[in-house]
Amino acid sequence: MEPAILLKMRNIRKTFPGVVALDNVDFTLRAGEIHALMGENGAGKSTLIKVLTGAVDFESGEIYIGDNQQRIVNRSPQEAQKNGISTVYQEVNLCPNLSVAENLFIGMEPKKGGFIDWKTMKKRAKEVLAGLDINIDVSANLENYSIAVQQMVAIARAVNMSAKILILDEPTSSLDDDEVEKLFNLMKKLKAGGTGIIFVTHFLEQVYAVCDRITVLRNGALVGEYEIENLPRLELVAKMLGKSFDDLEAIKRGNIPDVSGENPLIEAKGLGCTGTIKPFDLQIKKGEVIGLTGLLGSGRSELARSLYGADRADCGEIRMKGEKLAVKSPLDAMKCGMGYLPENRKEEGIIADLSVRENIMIALQAKRGVFKLLGRKEQEEFTSEYIKLLQIKTASPETPIKQLSGGNQQKVILARWLLTHPEFLILDEPTRGIDVGTKTEIQKLIAKLADEGMSIMFISSEIEEMLRVCGRMAVLRDRKKVGEISGEELSSENIMKAIAGGAGNAGN
Amino acid sequence: MPEIKGRIKKITSHRLFLPLLCLALVLLFNIATTPDFFKISIKNGMLYGYTIDIINRASELVILSIGMTLVVAASGGTDISVGAVMSVAAAICCFILSGGEHSVSQYQNPFALGIILALLASLLCGCFNGLLVAKLKIQPMVATLILFTAGRGIAQLVTEGQITYIRVPGYKILGSAIPGIPLPLPVFAAVFVALITALVLKKTALGIYIQSVGINSKASRLVGLKSSAIIFFTYVFSGLCAGMAGLIASSRIYSADANNIGLNMELDAILAVALGGNSLSGGKFSLLGSIIGAYTIQALTTTLYAMNVSADQLPVYKAVVVVLIVSLQSPFAHKLLQKLKSRLLSGNSQRRAA
Repeated sequence: MEPAILLKMRNIRKTFPGVVALDNVDFTLRAGEIHALMGENGAGKSTLIKVLTGAVDFESGEIYIGDNQQRIVNRSPQEAQKNGISTVYQEVNLCPNLSVAENLFIGMEPKKGGFIDWKTMKKRAKEVLAGLDINIDVSANLENYSIAVQQMVAIARAVNMSAKILILDEPTSSLDDDEVEKLFNLMKKLKAGGTGIIFVTHFLEQVYAVCDRITVLRNGALVGEYEIENLPRLELVAKMLGKSFDDLEAIKRGNIPDVSGENPLIEAKGLGCTGTIKPFDLQIKKGEVIGLTGLLGSGRSELARSLYGADRADCGEIRMKGEKLAVKSPLDAMKCGMGYLPENRKEEGIIADLSVRENIMIALQAKRGVFKLLGRKEQEEFTSEYIKLLQIKTASPETPIKQLSGGNQQKVILARWLLTHPEFLILDEPTRGIDVGTKTEIQKLIAKLADEGMSIMFISSEIEEMLRVCGRMAVLRDRKKVGEISGEELSSENIMKAIAGGAGNAGN
Repeated sequence: MPEIKGRIKKITSHRLFLPLLCLALVLLFNIATTPDFFKISIKNGMLYGYTIDIINRASELVILSIGMTLVVAASGGTDISVGAVMSVAAAICCFILSGGEHSVSQYQNPFALGIILALLASLLCGCFNGLLVAKLKIQPMVATLILFTAGRGIAQLVTEGQITYIRVPGYKILGSAIPGIPLPLPVFAAVFVALITALVLKKTALGIYIQSVGINSKASRLVGLKSSAIIFFTYVFSGLCAGMAGLIASSRIYSADANNIGLNMELDAILAVALGGNSLSGGKFSLLGSIIGAYTIQALTTTLYAMNVSADQLPVYKAVVVVLIVSLQSPFAHKLLQKLKSRLLSGNSQRRAA
């Protein structure tokens, strides 16, 4: 029997200035299915979700809920909720300083004589959570629980509001494997109860672990809807990229040049910063790609930031080509020939309202000083040069960077630093939240820049990715550099062991 | 016809369209109420008329709003001390020129010394604000509240609580006119400050630095901008602008009236920035917008005077009009306008097609 249709979106069209974000896209969600929405950055996934939840309006198209032949338009997320559509984001939008029970019932508290009926609220909260196999104390504050539990509470809240359609937007990005497993169990339980789940994620493995169907978007257009068993992983990637996929293995380990004979470009001795990174020694050679690995919070970014002067080091020294440097601020580091692409693109990378051109020129301009304004013509020249070189997809060089997709924003930030021609470039999670195609491009670029003699520090949570480009890796644990791995020793197994600690392979 | 449609769209979506529309509406209103509003007469080689009065009287506000624009853009806050700083500058200048007397008919010290020390004092006030905001990271409103209240006290202290008169013809020139030039001098002073500021913003990277810091100060620091130095600079500049405005205001009444010079002008200056279509949370800014905003406010004041509204009732009428203007520029009205526009345009083309 064909399951009931919960949601039909037909011919949805949405344009942003200069860009068609969605071009006649169809989407169908059936009861009791987990439906993955896949696509590269800029494919239109987020826009489709936003259209559905009323966060943005759309130009044409129809949305139907259930069997109802009546077209609906959600003008706000609240309206969408009334229509049974709830969204749970990566960042949980609940109140951490309220209890779990309060969070479950905000805005719809059970009342008795005009006052909140705390007893009933707790009882019902317990029932709701127990029904989903979540066993936590409902009167404790939400902030006492891990992000994973908070997310589950958010899901429970959505389900409790009789959401028939649940959107999970990148819910697993900040979860560890165990937590992901728990989330999946919850999703399966909801699915069995007839809820339709739209699952947006970048992780291919997870799609194949829980989903029944996949809808693929590319460049704002619908590529197709597939049942999971009919779409092998490689084909999915090919559909997302729109080309036969020459695999990420295109850059393989083995062509990493040997730099052991070179003189060190950067030398840190006992460099440290109280509260963020314990004193460490590190040498980086010319043309080398060095990786920093460790768990989240192990001090990877902090080590890089202390080199760059983003956090001011309070002990030790740093030398460049043998000369001692006084790096007190990012500007000092830039003047010595460093560049730093920060981990948090939105908060520390892009300057949202400024145009692509201005975002590219700003670092070089800061380096030149306030009185030596780069000529407009010169700016336009190098902007179009880098747009071409890095294949940045933008309507024009004057488009505000905030209108670009995440991957393209990252390329603009990369262009910003390449323009300053640094000798030492720090890339902190340059590929996070970026589609597979751009990831490969960035990896290739790193290898190419190193070939040309640039030294690069590469930080990534994906060990496989680092293995492809790094000749040596420094391992961090608990805000301390605990070892280095290089040459033949470099394998994901050895790195895992070093990160975990205990086993002996991490020695210097 | 798509050509015209495109042009209309281009004009109406320009960021200065609404500020200019507001100014035009205020001015056009006068055609109905005050028939001779746009009449300009010439007496003794000088131009007279309501419109001349507007551009003359708006001069101080224009100068203030230029400084305010940069403060708002860089720090996402406002400098509410500018009115008080105006009175400080006026008091210092008159104190120097009068040599401590309360009424003189001759300079006791060189004119230039008075001007320079007054501007220096306003610069110092700006430094003080800048220090609090940029270095000590105090909220701009709170930080500048200190001089907002203390500034007039300082001015009173300098003038010993009296109005200091400088009854020298030369002192009145800055606030009036030089024979042979048909427009009052304050107009030129305002244009001069505007041009210099625009030139500096165009020829140096200061403009983009200020916007960058205002939009995202964390990211700006990482690309090598010294956010606090830039924010500091904008407060110093705003202080200096207030000083210049104070000198003009003082010259108009050839005296230092610590209680009344620049009274409530900080609010008008903030309003001018907002009317100019600038976001008060900082970031991208339009200097020209703020200047248009300043003239709009003065046009409004003059209009109300022309309608014989008395000075003490003025704020009420002004408030009503400001509410109208601000809601016209709100995102809500913007959406409404756009809907209307698209309906009109599509209606036209349909009719034409039929």
